[in-house]
Amino acid sequence: MAEAVPTAHAEPPQFQHHFVDMAAQREASSLGMWVFLVTEVLFFGGMFTAYVVYRASFRHDFEGASNLLDIRLGAFNTAVLIMSSLTMALAVWASAAGRRKLIIPFLLATILLGSVFLGVKFLEYKQKFEHHEVPGAHFVVPEGLAKPSELFFSLYFCMTGLHALHMIIGIGLLSWLILKARRGEFTPQYNTPVDLVGLYWHFVDIVWIFLFPLLYLLGRHTL
Amino acid sequence: MSAEPEVIAPPRRVDYLNVRYGVKSWLLTTDHKRIAILYLISVTFFFAIGGLMAALIRLELLTPEGDIFQSEFYNRIFTTHGVMMVFFFMIPAIPSVLGNFLIPLMIGAKDLAFPRINLLSWYLYIVGALLAFYATVHGGLDTGWTFYTPYSTVYANGWVVLTGVGVFIAGFSSILTGLNFIVTIHTMRAPGMTWGRLPLFCWSMYATGIIQILGTPVIAITLLLVVAERVFHLGIFNPAQGGDPVLYQHLFWFYSHPAVYIMILPAMAVISELITAFSRKPIFGYKFIAASSMAIAGLSFLVWGHHMFVSGQSIYAGLVFSILSFLVAVPSAIKVFNWTATMYRGSVSYQTPMLYAIGFIGLFTFGGLTGLFLASMGLDIHVHDTYFIVAHFHYIMVGGTIMAYLGGLHFWWPKISGKLYPELWSRVSAWIIFIGFNLTFFPQFILGYLGMPRRYHAYPEEFQVLNVLSTAGASILGIGYVIPLVYFFWSMRYGKDASANPWGVTGLEWQTPSPPPTENFPETPIVTNEPYDYLTAAREAAVRG
Amino acid sequence: MPFLPPQASSYAGNVDALYLFLIAVTAFFSILIGALVIYFAIKYRRRSADEISEHVEESRALEIIWTVIPLGLVMVIFVWGASLYFKITRPPADAIDVYVTGKQWMWKIQHADGHREMNELHIPVGQAVRLTMASEDVIHSFYVPAFRVKRDVVPGRFSTTWFEAIRPGKYHLFCAEYCGTRHSNMIGWVYAMKPADYQAWLAGGTPGETLASAGAKLFVQQACNTCHGEQPGARGPSLSGLFGRQVHLQNGQTLIADETYIREAITNPQAKLVAGYPPIMPTFQGLVSEEGLLQLIAYVKSLSPGPSGGGAPAPAAGQSPATSSAAAPGKDVQKP
Repeated sequence: MAEAVPTAHAEPPQFQHHFVDMAAQREASSLGMWVFLVTEVLFFGGMFTAYVVYRASFRHDFEGASNLLDIRLGAFNTAVLIMSSLTMALAVWASAAGRRKLIIPFLLATILLGSVFLGVKFLEYKQKFEHHEVPGAHFVVPEGLAKPSELFFSLYFCMTGLHALHMIIGIGLLSWLILKARRGEFTPQYNTPVDLVGLYWHFVDIVWIFLFPLLYLLGRHTL
Repeated sequence: MSAEPEVIAPPRRVDYLNVRYGVKSWLLTTDHKRIAILYLISVTFFFAIGGLMAALIRLELLTPEGDIFQSEFYNRIFTTHGVMMVFFFMIPAIPSVLGNFLIPLMIGAKDLAFPRINLLSWYLYIVGALLAFYATVHGGLDTGWTFYTPYSTVYANGWVVLTGVGVFIAGFSSILTGLNFIVTIHTMRAPGMTWGRLPLFCWSMYATGIIQILGTPVIAITLLLVVAERVFHLGIFNPAQGGDPVLYQHLFWFYSHPAVYIMILPAMAVISELITAFSRKPIFGYKFIAASSMAIAGLSFLVWGHHMFVSGQSIYAGLVFSILSFLVAVPSAIKVFNWTATMYRGSVSYQTPMLYAIGFIGLFTFGGLTGLFLASMGLDIHVHDTYFIVAHFHYIMVGGTIMAYLGGLHFWWPKISGKLYPELWSRVSAWIIFIGFNLTFFPQFILGYLGMPRRYHAYPEEFQVLNVLSTAGASILGIGYVIPLVYFFWSMRYGKDASANPWGVTGLEWQTPSPPPTENFPETPIVTNEPYDYLTAAREAAVRG
Repeated sequence: MPFLPPQASSYAGNVDALYLFLIAVTAFFSILIGALVIYFAIKYRRRSADEISEHVEESRALEIIWTVIPLGLVMVIFVWGASLYFKITRPPADAIDVYVTGKQWMWKIQHADGHREMNELHIPVGQAVRLTMASEDVIHSFYVPAFRVKRDVVPGRFSTTWFEAIRPGKYHLFCAEYCGTRHSNMIGWVYAMKPADYQAWLAGGTPGETLASAGAKLFVQQACNTCHGEQPGARGPSLSGLFGRQVHLQNGQTLIADETYIREAITNPQAKLVAGYPPIMPTFQGLVSEEGLLQLIAYVKSLSPGPSGGGAPAPAAGQSPATSSAAAPGKDVQKP
């Protein structure tokens, strides 16, 4: 039984009664998302470790394979994702500042930019498929490189693939936020879902900030 | 009209068990206590599957020849034993059963921070476990629970992908449970429940949560890569394609070593509570035990290479792993000494939970010390991958964790079920388990040093006598495990009703009725006492008369 | 003693000494704790239902003592175990070479002089033997309990270990890393023989072609000689006298050419390019089997002066570059 005493400051309808008050709920939700993001760091971290270890062993093949990636598309995608973090941050601001009419447009912009990112990724994957750079039965070792280049592409697909999956989930979450925003659920007293999805989206962005130089920019300074 | 007065039964007290009936009320519950029960039932089922596999293993090993099963089938049996026991019993049992049930009660909260995520954790566990179970029933896999490459990715037949996916999904159950515990303990303690007044059970569960959130994601991604390699022929761990099997081992053990601390820290959590309760005395060295839990959690991430001393990793890496493995032994020793000191000048009673706790201290001390043999690099060369290792980890996991789990189940059974279990039968089964356990696993130390490798379906004749002793012990141990299953069920119908605090011990969970109401406490408790404050409690009781 | 295997190698006694010491430590602390717990349980048993315990002052001193003593003890054990490890993993310079190929589910053993054995290894007593091992498929592990020696055999790299038998006898050989269906059948025997008996055994069998000569044939068959042809202006560096000698790499580093370096040069030539030569050597990964690699190594060794055809003692191969010391010769290896 909640021991909340009815005051002029009533808890919003989203208050969950196992918490002592709304402040506790907000604190717990935020801590929960941060802890979750720590687990995500470790999750991606396993692949980053494998990548770093193999890059050290097969420097020549990894640099050669990295140069086969389209750096313009990669850089464009990086810009797109950073923009989307901006629009996400603006959506969070809008929800906290009570600027209800702006929430959905900013969320939509974020979804749009995220989708552009995914579209470009799809193009890149298609290119790889056409050039026989997809590991497995149809892989053809690129000119001037050796078998370890397949390792580069294996890690490339696994890492960017996992990242893309996180983007797709993120877009799903953003759509869910839009539904809630349409129902007018977000107020300055309660914008936790927007806040938390914002944290998640920024995290996915940061992963890409690491992926881009590691995957696309190896050995480019020698060009 | 009757002359006799109508007898009106007193209104039945509403508790979390009888507040609502029906399958839906259980499968869609967000009450941490009901979720704990769901886990209790599920982990018991998968323990039984793993136990059946163990019985088959010991049966085959009665004779030196592989005469009961074909090699391939035997290999699938021991793999299933490992997978079921490690991922679907040992990792979830104490945290998801006792942790779930007790943490909110112990800190004076109404539930965990995220009750719906708690339910999701259970469903993830069930989905993962059922996938692995499906794989088992349809033939299983023979990679060993360790999935070493390139055997698992290129050469093995069997349900590697499905089992890998099952373990992957169950891993998220563990991650979310740890996340829930950490956030709950940080943000939902009752007024007056400072960190320094937190029950040691909660300290250890918090440390366990740290390991769960940091370690489990790594095995998740590793298994995902194994599955991807098998399905798409990627070659990340396949030397024929430039991959490195030893890199797999590093990634695997980076989780799987801390995982064993996910298994032992909750056991230590239980023991801390049992020793003080049944010595009716404040725990000796509260701060040191709490700090040791955190030290174990931290150090546990730095020692994984002691599983790889003969793998070809650099000798200097080996030195680092060895010295840290010795260091991680020290906080465990500190705990054992503090528990022992707690009994000094206490008021010791011998109910079943205490029998399990005392058994734990003996077996964990012994088993933990055998870890020193393995941390010694030069000695590990000889005993690695032999039955010495098998004996070591079973002493800790079975002699340690499972005994603590049983001790905890008995201790908190009155709170969980509202009933008392039968004390005589419980003491008998505790003794049967203790004797059966030692007979099963002690001979395996000798077998291992003599050179019998593990995962062997057939072995040289001279190892038979010790194997027969081990199988005899296993039969006794099996009987010991069945008896509590029977009387716990029996007690739910025929057991005496339990009062709020049948043991007369401290702790917030005992300040609320047995079983507790859904919201745990009618009013949020306010904590003013230090933990395990038996002297003050006794004085107050004396004053009340 | 019935609970120890025979002490058949030069370091088996050392291993057992540490083992017995640890048994003593384990027994001491287990009995200490067990006895204390039982003693306290009896002496302080509850005598009445409402009995309360006495107040016991916590003791910082006690906590420190039972932290420091175990800490000191485990550090001693660490040093002991580490020094034992160094002994077991560093072969002496005068070790003779034996080459082992593990494959599902058999051990193929080849002596340097060409004697081949299957699941059996005959060695002379009193002579250090260095095993260079390769796997054709999955991870195996070469384990001889009587010698107290074990080493994983990992595909994609060489693994080395060594032992010196001190007593004639017949000793179990086990595979100790799970490798599939017939893992428990991947077993055999090591025969340690008195020197005279060993000579007789050597003379008795028909040795096949030596590894080195098989390697020479493979060298020509794979057209290695077209670049490493020893003539002036050859496209590839000379291999005669290479083994055991210092090599200067393009990136300025130097290393000593050992088995691991040569193996890497064949399978991943771009990893360590030799200074002064164009980077045109193709990789032979997949074109040469594990056994072929062993043969080529033996051949290259035979081009250098030295007791076993290879001058410098080969350091333990197959070590992790991420963690191995860069200063150690030949230890910069190709894979983690």
